Amino acid sequence: MTSESLSADLRRLEEIVRLLEADDTDLDQALLLFEEGVAKLRAARERLSEAELKVQRVLEDAAGQLKVEDLSE
Amino acid sequence: MRPPSRADRPVDLFQGETALPPDRPTAFSVSQLIAHLKGAVENSARQVWIKGEVSSLKSFGKGDWYFTLRDAESCIRCVMWKTYTAKVGEPPPDGTEVYALGNPTVWEKKGELKFPVVVMLPTAGTGLQQLGKEKVRAALEKDGLFAPERKRPLPEFPAVLAVVTSQDGAALHDIIIVARRRWPRVRLLIVPAQVQGDGAPAALVRAIGRVNRLEGVDLCVVGRGGGSREDLLAFDDERVCRAIAALRMPSISAVGHETDLSLADLVADVRAATPSAAMELALPDRAHYLRHAGSLGSRLAHGLRRRTEVLEARLSRSSDRIRTSIGRRIGDPRALLQRLAGQLEALSPLKVLGRGYSVARLADGRVIRRRADLSAGTPFRLRVSDGEVPARAEGQA
Repeated sequence: MTSESLSADLRRLEEIVRLLEADDTDLDQALLLFEEGVAKLRAARERLSEAELKVQRVLEDAAGQLKVEDLSE
Repeated sequence: MRPPSRADRPVDLFQGETALPPDRPTAFSVSQLIAHLKGAVENSARQVWIKGEVSSLKSFGKGDWYFTLRDAESCIRCVMWKTYTAKVGEPPPDGTEVYALGNPTVWEKKGELKFPVVVMLPTAGTGLQQLGKEKVRAALEKDGLFAPERKRPLPEFPAVLAVVTSQDGAALHDIIIVARRRWPRVRLLIVPAQVQGDGAPAALVRAIGRVNRLEGVDLCVVGRGGGSREDLLAFDDERVCRAIAALRMPSISAVGHETDLSLADLVADVRAATPSAAMELALPDRAHYLRHAGSLGSRLAHGLRRRTEVLEARLSRSSDRIRTSIGRRIGDPRALLQRLAGQLEALSPLKVLGRGYSVARLADGRVIRRRADLSAGTPFRLRVSDGEVPARAEGQA
């Protein structure tokens, strides 16, 4: 499945930043938005952090079953 | 060296060890054989016209052309030197059907048949291959497989990416390199397939079918590295094109070719020139998104600071107003304190005693206020400003 949550997190973060930058947000709301924004930012950074690329190979056995096995270069 | 056998008599390499003539005690050397075959080929067909499709034409130096002429069954390597190509002008595009005049020969160094062309003329029709491709194109187009409204957008952050390609080619290596750099969180599912030769279309169709049977694949790349026109034929195959069109997820074609598009390119949702380019299109760039997240982070902090600064300014204005209004009412707090201390002092009983008054109390501490409080001989204590004096009533008042 696609990393929909990263996409959603970034979009919400952009919205929060716009709201915070607008002048008609009161302090209570601004603090709540900021808190939520920090959480989204942390989640997004987590998803953007380094990772080991996973490469797998798909083969079909004699019975017609698909097998997925790790592929080392 | 004289050919070991006369050109008009067939050579029998295996005519038997038993029958080796005394002047030829060992086997032929390779060059002896080739020299013989060269003689045979050059004698068999002197100058001939042949008809075929040009493919894999490469121009070297100032216009020496190397290419293959082919028909449905066979092909032959050709060379046309610049003296002759000058009369033709531009090199014909791959797939063009031509008449070529030349002397067939054997290229001794490689032991290969070779056709050096001296005259090239275009035939009226286009080449067979080209014709076949046009038929397939028309069929696919009729079924609406090239329609722009069929094109699906690529997912922004694919988590699982299937790649149908040769397991041995350089393409796979490039694909892994780009994935590692751009988006290492992706899971690459390599679905190996033969990508050239007779079995390639069927192998590609099977591999693409496997991708469709896998669950959770977000995007599929189908392709191979660069090759000659013949090497890429499978990507013009109707079955392969229909298999790509039937993929459940968006697809990118990546057929490394130099000139015109393959039909697979027209069917896929997105076309890339090479497998590496396909990966660039398929995967988001981690570095870009890190920068984006960083900039959103600083805007977030700045946004909150601005908000609190506005409030701080308002607060400090209000607190100033409060201070002035209270100040107006109570004046300087030090003066107030002095005034209060004065009032307190005035109320102190010691001050009254200091003026000459005294307080008389019974032994139990009750203050004597009336005559009835005393009888003759009752002891009591008199409190004056600097202490107490014991006393006694003289008689009943």
